[in-house]
Amino acid sequence: MAEQMSFDAEAVTAAVAEGIEKINHASTMEELKAIKSQYAGAQSAMTMASKAIGGLDKPQKKDAGKLMGKLRADFGRAYGKKEAAVKAAEEAAALAAETVDMTLPVERKPLGARHPLAKLMEDVEDFFVGMGWQISDGPEVETEWFDFDALNFGPDHPARQMQDTFYVKGNQTKDAAGFVGSNMVLRTQTSSDQVRGLIKNGVPLYIACPGRVFRTDELDATHTPVFHQIEALAVDKGLTMADLKGVLDKLAVAMFGPDAHTRLRPSYFPFTEPSAELDLWFPDKKGGPGWLEWGGCGMVNPNVLRSAGLDPDEYTGFAFGVGVERTLLLRSDINDMHDLVEGDVRFSEQFVMGE
Amino acid sequence: MPMVDIDWLREHVELPQDLTYEQLAKDLVRVGLEEEEIHQSQLTGPIVVGYVVDATPEPQKNGKTINWCHIDVGDKYNDVDENGNKVPRGIICGAPNMAAGEKVVVTLPGAVLPGDFRIEPRKTYGHISEGMCASERELGLGDSHAGIILLRDYGFSEEEYENLKPGDDLMHLLHLDQPLLEINVTPDRGYAFSYRGVAREYFDSTGAKFTDPVTELTAQAPESAGTNGDIEVIINDEAPIHGVPGCDRFYARAVRNYVPGSKTPNWMRRRLSRAGMRSLSLPVDVTNYVMLDLGQPLHAYDLDKIEAPIVVRRAKAGEKLTTLDGKERDLSTEDLLITDSPNGEQGSRVLGIAGVMGGLYGEVTAETKNILIEAAHFDQVSIARSARRHKLPSEASRRFERGVDTQLQPAAAQMAADMLVRFGQAEASLTPTDINNVAARPAISFKTSEVARVAGLDLTDDVIVAKLEAVGCKVTDEGNGNLLVEAPTWRPDLTMPCDLVEEVARLVGYDEIPTRVPSAPVEGHVGLTVPQLRKRQIADELAEYGLVEVLTYPFVGDADFKAFQYDAEKVAPVSVQIVNPLAGDRPYLRRSILLTLAQTVQRNIHRGIENVSLYELGHVYLWDPQAPAIPALPGGVRPTDEQIAALNAGLPDQPMHVAGIMTGKAEHDGWLGDARAVDWTDAVEAVHRIADRIGAKIALEQPKADDAPAQWHPGRVAYVVADGKKLGLVGELHPKVNEALGFPAHSAAFELDLTALFETLNNKPVQAKPISTFPPVKQDLAFTVSDDVTAEQLREAIERGAGDMLESIDLFDVFTGEQVGEGMKSLAYAVTFRAADKTLTGDDSEALRERIVAEAAKLGAQLRA
Repeated sequence: MAEQMSFDAEAVTAAVAEGIEKINHASTMEELKAIKSQYAGAQSAMTMASKAIGGLDKPQKKDAGKLMGKLRADFGRAYGKKEAAVKAAEEAAALAAETVDMTLPVERKPLGARHPLAKLMEDVEDFFVGMGWQISDGPEVETEWFDFDALNFGPDHPARQMQDTFYVKGNQTKDAAGFVGSNMVLRTQTSSDQVRGLIKNGVPLYIACPGRVFRTDELDATHTPVFHQIEALAVDKGLTMADLKGVLDKLAVAMFGPDAHTRLRPSYFPFTEPSAELDLWFPDKKGGPGWLEWGGCGMVNPNVLRSAGLDPDEYTGFAFGVGVERTLLLRSDINDMHDLVEGDVRFSEQFVMGE
Repeated sequence: MPMVDIDWLREHVELPQDLTYEQLAKDLVRVGLEEEEIHQSQLTGPIVVGYVVDATPEPQKNGKTINWCHIDVGDKYNDVDENGNKVPRGIICGAPNMAAGEKVVVTLPGAVLPGDFRIEPRKTYGHISEGMCASERELGLGDSHAGIILLRDYGFSEEEYENLKPGDDLMHLLHLDQPLLEINVTPDRGYAFSYRGVAREYFDSTGAKFTDPVTELTAQAPESAGTNGDIEVIINDEAPIHGVPGCDRFYARAVRNYVPGSKTPNWMRRRLSRAGMRSLSLPVDVTNYVMLDLGQPLHAYDLDKIEAPIVVRRAKAGEKLTTLDGKERDLSTEDLLITDSPNGEQGSRVLGIAGVMGGLYGEVTAETKNILIEAAHFDQVSIARSARRHKLPSEASRRFERGVDTQLQPAAAQMAADMLVRFGQAEASLTPTDINNVAARPAISFKTSEVARVAGLDLTDDVIVAKLEAVGCKVTDEGNGNLLVEAPTWRPDLTMPCDLVEEVARLVGYDEIPTRVPSAPVEGHVGLTVPQLRKRQIADELAEYGLVEVLTYPFVGDADFKAFQYDAEKVAPVSVQIVNPLAGDRPYLRRSILLTLAQTVQRNIHRGIENVSLYELGHVYLWDPQAPAIPALPGGVRPTDEQIAALNAGLPDQPMHVAGIMTGKAEHDGWLGDARAVDWTDAVEAVHRIADRIGAKIALEQPKADDAPAQWHPGRVAYVVADGKKLGLVGELHPKVNEALGFPAHSAAFELDLTALFETLNNKPVQAKPISTFPPVKQDLAFTVSDDVTAEQLREAIERGAGDMLESIDLFDVFTGEQVGEGMKSLAYAVTFRAADKTLTGDDSEALRERIVAEAAKLGAQLRA
């Protein structure tokens, strides 16, 4: 039969049409490959017809060649199109099979949390650093001289007895009033860094001192014996209470938003004169905006400048202190000091890495 | 702190009729007298006038006699009988002074008395009592509970008493509905511990008309009869403190023929009671009243018991005194005493500690007829020290240590004498004794420009002078803006120009000060220091690693030492100890953060929280028993560098540490599978993360089990070493520690000395090595080595052998077992070599391998086939 091959244009056209029809109905790669082998393989009508062209007359050869070219192209196009479609469908099916519920909780190693007080202190530090100030710190077990005497709290000063001080045992000596003690306390205020800072760094000096302080108050909803303050001290030529008010207003905005500001009320601290209580206008106060006590401040008392060897006629300065706990309680609407000091992870975890 | 009663304040300064306590608080705070609290009335009505129609005594089985009374309480509150007529209420009253015809205080059902005592109808002694007749104590008006209040004796004039009708509201008439303002007085304002002072401050704040009561009283006081008037007085202070005489003024005035048992008028008792003082007797009440009103503490003696002369002197060594509170006190030679002179022996009998508390002898008693009023001025420091020494803060000492007006004494004695004359039918002497050694205070030279220089207020000299005069200063204008200012005698706190700046600024108002932001000079280092940055990085790193930051109290005690297997007898002497700890069982400061961190871990576990992992950055406190004593130095003078060194030398070391405790599961259990339990690896990883985060080079050095610190699992602990120094520990807590604290087994922990760790950092920028583009050669090397050799030692040996060509080394397998033999382990490393300048040949890598094997062999390690 092979040597008797004849070219039958009608038959091959019909065969290819049948192949294309089958391609169009195929849905898997296996089917497609079988169709390809049947209609375009070595034994296929198309291959046979191509081989038979050789035995035709010249004029017939040309027409037959043209026809075969068209049939091959038609078949190839149909095949390619279908192959792409089937591959896409198979891939889609495979991916569909891999679909998961993306909302499942994935917490192999969740973040821990910073303590909001520590983080808030960093924010306050950043406020001062942004103004070009230095951050300074001093010891928590402090000499009475830096905590009191240098700050114009003489040994007989009534305010010294009002500080609820933790005294530290130590090698016994006498204080300036003749009372026996170690002249060492747990610092009652970060103001103890004022004269340390002045003696160490000289003037002009612009420092903020965040840190832990201690008073003999039992823990309750509003008091804690161990708490944190940020002290700010600026000593330079030409500073006035106007500079104090300016820095306080900026800090209020940094902590409590653009509508916050401060006001001063006359008060008394041994280490400042004039002295003032610092009130905060708190826009987010529960029950409506209002004034709240925030800290204490004033112009550095000349005796404090003298403790650091400075001439009060030449230099002036201002200082203020705010409670970090108080600031956080206000900002985050915390009603009980216990939450700040007990270290319950459920408290800190609300704040995650911020405050 | 002092109470302000609007009714009383009105006597010295004009107040608006409708002034509320809230408004008064606002007016006073503006000039610096802060509101402590507005105490609201503790009573709720109805509390009304009742007329006793009849009172029938009914003897009881228990021996008591009670009265079954019918009391008319007005139409509004009276009972209604069956015919609809109003009839008096039936009330049971056990008071002995109950009698028909009296007008009494009736608390009706619905009323609430102090102590949440609710009045309700109740069945008692066979009757229904529909209300209660009240005593003074029941209403919180005073101490008297001997009987009920009879309104005829209760401070109403005859006419007022007649006009009292049954049912009239007594809440108002007896001031029971009145709140009270408690103010906070700063230590510089002793004068505000008086109505006179508060009235002046109200005037300073509002400009209301103020009349200083002292002006008229001083004018009324008789002329001094010298040191030997009503009684001879000798001031003999042989040991003044700081050279200041203990007593610079002693004024004494006799009041004779007082009628013992004279009653204190009710208005005065009410005022004293509202000020928190008990009414004791007229003479004592009068001295208290004058002190509250004018600010001058007074002392009343029984003149007949005092033997002249009175001597004011310091105590002698070994002298004792039993004070009014019944306590015997050892006196110090610094205590200033008031004494008298029995049997002609001058100053031999102690009457009291001056300005602090009297003794038992010489006080006025129920029999006293002749009274001596002492009005003195004592040194602030002397009084403060005596009050502190004897732990006797009294109303008197509180005023003296803040400074009392040095010219107030004749006026105060005059006021007291007037009252004893008026209410006790006494006769006041006209020959007071007065020793007045008050030194003239130097005037303050004040440049008006100081107000602008310090307060930033731009004021004219006229305004400045006016404000200074308003607070009571005498001002002499010396021209060119120079003033000579004499502070008023009641303001001992005004001594420096800045004090005057404050007075001017607070009267003008701090709100008038402008606002300006100063610019700090940008010199030297700017921004956070390197340790400050590193500290933050570590805090963030540990939180990112999954731990929760806490800030614990640094207090520890024997229980904490014991839980951590410390020997308290060894740790306590090197711990900082608090003299007055809040919790007596935790008197020390921590030497290790782990101890206080553990308390917090425990608290969380007790609250049902699992898998607690906490960390803290904070200080520890290392007491050196050999530390030198810290000197006492005066303030206001810069200490020498040597003195500053001496101050610091006595302080304990207080390095910054970081510590963590990890318990429970290392990861979350969940649908992804069961999580691994925490063990030593978690703590080691935390420590490496800390070091890597800040660029520190650390290594772990494992002690022999016998040498491991007792807090730690002996086989699972290592020192953290940097720069050859041991800076911390990491591992698992000892099972005994876990058991004592209730922690899960294998709880892990670490603690590092950050102060020391930061010192090992060079803080220079990282110096980068060039990156080679030649191909790497990888080899796996497995060694068998004795258990004694640590992975760290073997790694170091491999690094030494490989030298420059080593790119990386990773331990990928550790195993022990029969194949490797008893006491041995196998460690397998994936090692990558790469040269900077060429492709490594097979010979090159073979040579490296041989060098590594040779280095490892020095540790006894054998390359496995």
